[in-house]
Amino acid sequence: MGGRNPVTWLGSPAFPKAAHEALANTQLRRNLRKATTTIRAKRAEVVSEMADWERLRRAGEAIKDDVLANLDTYLVRLEEAVTARGGVVHWARDAEEANQIVLDLIRAEGTDEVVKVKSMATAEIGLNEALQAGGVNAIETDLAELIVQLGEDRPSHILVPAIHRNRAEIREIFSRRMTEKPASDEPKDLAEAARKYLRRKFLSAKVAISGANFAVADTGSIVVVESEGNGRMCLTLPETLITVMGIEKLVPTWQDLEVFLQLLPRSSTAERMNPYTSVWTGVTPGDGPQKFHLVLLDNGRTATLADKVGRQALRCIRCSACLNVCPVYERTGGHSYGSVYPGPIGAILAPQLVGDMHDKQAASLPYASSLCGACFEVCPVRINIPEVLTHLRAEAVEAKGKRTPEALAMAAAAWVFADPKRYEAAQKAGSLSRFLARDGWIKRIPGPGAKWTDSRNAPAVPKESFRTWWRRNRVERS
Amino acid sequence: MSSAREEILSRIRAVDRPASPPVVRDYERERSASDVLALLDERVADYKAIVHRVSEAEVPDRIAECLARRSAKTVVVPADAPDSWRVSGVEWKSDDPPLALSELDRVDGVVTGCAVAIAETGTIVLDSGAAQGRRIITLVPDYHLCVVRADQVVVSVPEALARLEATRPLTFISGPSATSDIELDRVEGVHGPRTLEVLIVG
Ligand code: SF4
Repeated sequence: MGGRNPVTWLGSPAFPKAAHEALANTQLRRNLRKATTTIRAKRAEVVSEMADWERLRRAGEAIKDDVLANLDTYLVRLEEAVTARGGVVHWARDAEEANQIVLDLIRAEGTDEVVKVKSMATAEIGLNEALQAGGVNAIETDLAELIVQLGEDRPSHILVPAIHRNRAEIREIFSRRMTEKPASDEPKDLAEAARKYLRRKFLSAKVAISGANFAVADTGSIVVVESEGNGRMCLTLPETLITVMGIEKLVPTWQDLEVFLQLLPRSSTAERMNPYTSVWTGVTPGDGPQKFHLVLLDNGRTATLADKVGRQALRCIRCSACLNVCPVYERTGGHSYGSVYPGPIGAILAPQLVGDMHDKQAASLPYASSLCGACFEVCPVRINIPEVLTHLRAEAVEAKGKRTPEALAMAAAAWVFADPKRYEAAQKAGSLSRFLARDGWIKRIPGPGAKWTDSRNAPAVPKESFRTWWRRNRVERS
Repeated sequence: MSSAREEILSRIRAVDRPASPPVVRDYERERSASDVLALLDERVADYKAIVHRVSEAEVPDRIAECLARRSAKTVVVPADAPDSWRVSGVEWKSDDPPLALSELDRVDGVVTGCAVAIAETGTIVLDSGAAQGRRIITLVPDYHLCVVRADQVVVSVPEALARLEATRPLTFISGPSATSDIELDRVEGVHGPRTLEVLIVG
């Protein structure tokens, strides 16, 4: 136990450096802008249909806070309910332990190929790589994940992992890797190619692996929300189903789902409801997998729970709304964050799961923001992301030691970043660039607008402060 | 070695946690609609599913029409589906004894009922209960024709969940399978049935 936490990618540069590189990639920026602009507008529309949206958000926040307050009770209750219905519950302290449990379960079924439905938890623990090392081939079945997997690439968005690829690139990847090549680069033909490629896999798979969007403590029911039907295939066809979920994914009662099944689809895919939601409880004789394993994953969550300010990140339902409104994300893309959790949520969750502010890359993530607050406004469970960012910045400074000139500059920067008003005042006065320029490490922090406009790789950003620019543009464009 | 279970639980218990906040459910648990069936019709159609409003007496003829339009010859039905659905001119495969996967992969479609439908979100919920069968029969065939009765339709998500039993295998269906993974262009039809047709009865 106790290796490094794979939630961040080994060897990733700190955010500033990675962002700098991403900004040079105009294709990436164009794809991202198109995608995030589209989804922002759609989301605003379906949210405006709900007169009680703010009340739903507050209920969602309260339910999740209740889960965190009584996490031990609810976990034990879930375990009892799942076990009573014929499921087997496993507990994993960290990524390594979870991966070993899953690998052993697969080996026990005597197979070396499994189908997988997209799951943040399994991406977080690096399950595919661990299975590969153990001689098991895990096939991603979401279209986007398949694009990423076949392109030997990394996901860049929680919900649309291949948001950085356009149709021509996808056609090229599929043509290279599939025996039946796509007929054209029309999305319809690309989807058809994926359907054919995966269908054989679904029909023959013995074991499937999934994550969980929610688990109901009272009843032991697990919920998976999806669009393509690959989730249903994985959850229905194979004999054995292994579900890996973070311990915070609980809701206490079945009734609580009425809140989240309204908040999640509208916030994530900007639909009134996503095409498919599957709910199952343990094993149902004669219907679906006859063996069900649930792996409950800690991997830094209990440590996050111990942080009074940071623990609210555990309310996250992974809708990705905060990514789509984030001006920094829109310009740098998901890869710059060097983690399976990109964007604003990644900036607060990944460093906490890593739990080591001496890790330069993790410590740089809380700076991947201009603190404009758009993420907090859209978050369906009201996570105050700017508040957590500021808090983590202070921790990063602390970790660097109190007396180094760098730490002093960092502390000053953190103090300025902590308050939007202060930040703008400092920027106007030019004092910001003074301490930003003091040493190389800090100089490369991209949050402040001044540095963005200085960069020749960021021509899209006009010569005004990033914050002012964003405030002016957000209304018109979203 | 203390077990992972004990260690995780004790880590949680070691944390100084705040008291549970009260959960205020002042959101709208029930909503009214002037014409709930019209709302369902509109919202299901919005997902590019095909929707028809029919009377009880018309159901068999409309099933026959829908299947004929698709030239569906071999069609699956749950064993307990009403006899009147099994119109002539079609080879009906009853899922009793359970059909093999390879057989399901060859049929032209499936006809089922549902447990609940949610008008506001255009969602049909199956719970493997009456006239719905195992989950697999509405998944593998490429065409799903679903018969929704007026008394099964509610307006909001909370009303639907209140009617459902959590421990049954549930599938919430909102339109045909879809993806927006390529440049956020929506494509209907990936792995689940690529065509969803709904008869709203009443
Ligand atoms: S932090 Fe909030 S907005 Fe961001 S992914 Fe999580 S739930 Fe969604």
